[in-house]
Amino acid sequence: MFGVLAEATWSPYIAGAGIGILSCLALVLADRPLGCSTAFVKARGLIGKLISTEKTAKMEYYREIVPQVDWAFMIIPGIIIGAFLSSVLSRTFHVVWVPVLWESVFGGNVVLRIIVALAGGILLGFGARWAGGCTSGHGISGSIQLSLASMITAACFFAGGIAVALLLYRVIGVWL
Amino acid sequence: MTSLAVIRGNRHSQVVLGLVTGICFGFLLQKGGVTDYGVIEGQLLLVDFTVLKVMLSAVMVGMPAFAILRQYGYANSHAAHGTLGANVIGGLVFGAGFALLGYCPGTVAGAVGTGAADALIGGMAGMLIGAGLFAELYPALKSRVLAWGKFPAVTVPEFLHLHLWVVIVLLEACMAGFLIFLELYGL
Repeated sequence: MFGVLAEATWSPYIAGAGIGILSCLALVLADRPLGCSTAFVKARGLIGKLISTEKTAKMEYYREIVPQVDWAFMIIPGIIIGAFLSSVLSRTFHVVWVPVLWESVFGGNVVLRIIVALAGGILLGFGARWAGGCTSGHGISGSIQLSLASMITAACFFAGGIAVALLLYRVIGVWL
Repeated sequence: MTSLAVIRGNRHSQVVLGLVTGICFGFLLQKGGVTDYGVIEGQLLLVDFTVLKVMLSAVMVGMPAFAILRQYGYANSHAAHGTLGANVIGGLVFGAGFALLGYCPGTVAGAVGTGAADALIGGMAGMLIGAGLFAELYPALKSRVLAWGKFPAVTVPEFLHLHLWVVIVLLEACMAGFLIFLELYGL
């Protein structure tokens, strides 16, 4: 048993099947799709409450997605712990500032990588809330429920992602 | 179903359940290899199909399981009416961020757990800023762009006018076919 947990990676089909079962368990036990972007709204709302309770309480979006520590909020700290456990068990945990693939094309400048990652994170957070979900909420849980909107959204995630990744690595990266 | 209602309604058990669900999810994401920048960017560059293998196997297992659970009253459908303005525009903006960051909202947290500093300082901080920006703009967007171009149906069976299980069998066949194709071509 321990040997399996210490393996660096599992077959993507096994990991995927596990995520499929987990998504169904979430729908049964929490009556919620297993999504991740809601937690960022809640966390942002909680930070907003610290700065100005009155302003945050008045905002319409935080009345719909209430900033509180609940099931959806706990998913993110859970993922961090779970991935940490998995990488420690398989001895693959190590602090990295610039990913290998990025460095091979854009160099090892930490500031450049952080700026692009921050810009990406802003678009990701903004786009996820605009679309009402993320890769897991729409892509997996929404598709499991045969939601037409979720399947179209997931296709757009990849259409936009493939276009920008190709631009970044096959055009800008080559030109640099 | 009363015991289920008790679990769903208890705030404390839901907090613990959320944490445990997250831990399992993070563990599976890391073991599946998708908390790695190179794997996700490789998928978007169409050279590494690990992300789609994980996602499609999750859907292939979850889709029939959910249909059965729902039929017996253990789960509810959360599928909602989408729009071109919300789902397509939001999806494309998300995609651009997905490619620049190299992680999505769940895997960015997973990457933090494996020691990726760019995921923490760039990715998670950016996600908080992006979510906050959307919250600011939400009242102005809600009845305008987010409501544009309502999709003709909520679910795929409704859209295709086919029975639920016919759609499931068709989708399972398409996804299995695609995965077999990937393996045959060594992708």
